[in-house]
Amino acid sequence: MSSAKTEFLAGVRATMPILPGVFPFGLIFGTLAIQAGMQRMIAQSMSALVFAGSSQFIAAQLIATTVPAGIIVITGAIVNLRHMLYSASVAPYLLRYGWRWKIILAYLLTDEAYAIVIGRLRQSLDDAYRLQARWYFLGAGLAMWCTWQISTALGLFIGGTIPTSWQLDFALPLTFIALVFPTLKDRSSVAAALVAGTVALPAVALPLKLGLLVAAACGIAAGVLTERSRPTVKR
Amino acid sequence: MTNVQLLILFFILGAITFAQRLSFIALFGRTDVPVWLIRVLRFVPPAVLCAIIFPDVFLINGALVLAPSNYRLIAAALAVAVALITRNVFVTIATGMVTLWGLTLFTA
Repeated sequence: MSSAKTEFLAGVRATMPILPGVFPFGLIFGTLAIQAGMQRMIAQSMSALVFAGSSQFIAAQLIATTVPAGIIVITGAIVNLRHMLYSASVAPYLLRYGWRWKIILAYLLTDEAYAIVIGRLRQSLDDAYRLQARWYFLGAGLAMWCTWQISTALGLFIGGTIPTSWQLDFALPLTFIALVFPTLKDRSSVAAALVAGTVALPAVALPLKLGLLVAAACGIAAGVLTERSRPTVKR
Repeated sequence: MTNVQLLILFFILGAITFAQRLSFIALFGRTDVPVWLIRVLRFVPPAVLCAIIFPDVFLINGALVLAPSNYRLIAAALAVAVALITRNVFVTIATGMVTLWGLTLFTA
């Protein structure tokens, strides 16, 4: 077996353990998209074009409440800003890849793919080994992509049959509760989280669902400020 | 929104997301990644996630409800405990949903 194939399959295998967590997320997105009034093909094309779960959730919610498209774009862009962090993190390892690879791997750079691939990339010390890692990245990324598309499709088909009394919209904050804890690494990230959450409560009164953006901005500011005001450690 | 409007919206959203993912992969080697940007970006996930979680959990029809009659608050509190212990996304969602269903059925 070629080493490219070995690497690809290793990437797929490494992704397997997290797929049972991704699947319900896609299922719920499909269901919510139907409840937001989207047609199946339209919602499916969103999963293919955007391929970023949390922003798709938020956008579906905003579409259901008839918010102007400009606000949906800005909100989605802010929710997805974290991808720039992943991009910066993997960039040094992808330096020698061709353009085609850079474009494909960037498209596949989800939260989950990043978490899996970064470990493998950091192991690669020499150039030859590093070049092989792109197959691992592709394997992990495609495993995620297929899972997301299939679970969205399934959610779209069963979505119409699930009554709103099941309150599936509550799965959104629950998913985010699960996702937020790994990001609370120190005091300033906790400050960012608490300030954003607290500001978001009165900010729901703002027009055009702008509360989310205002609250996120306050939280980010709180994080940066508490980090800077930290007493300097003795050298 | 019409289907065409939705497709255009998703195309724009997708293009922005792709640009964010490609950003430093494309720029690396040509320009340095600014340190301040990395510092700011670090706080985006906790801030955005909590800005979404808090209103969904603490508010009912826009009003703050900290009483046990707020089933979502109770379900979320249990989910937080489970998230802290298991660190498992699926188990966290399941705990919250089952708690909410249980409370809703129990009092129906």
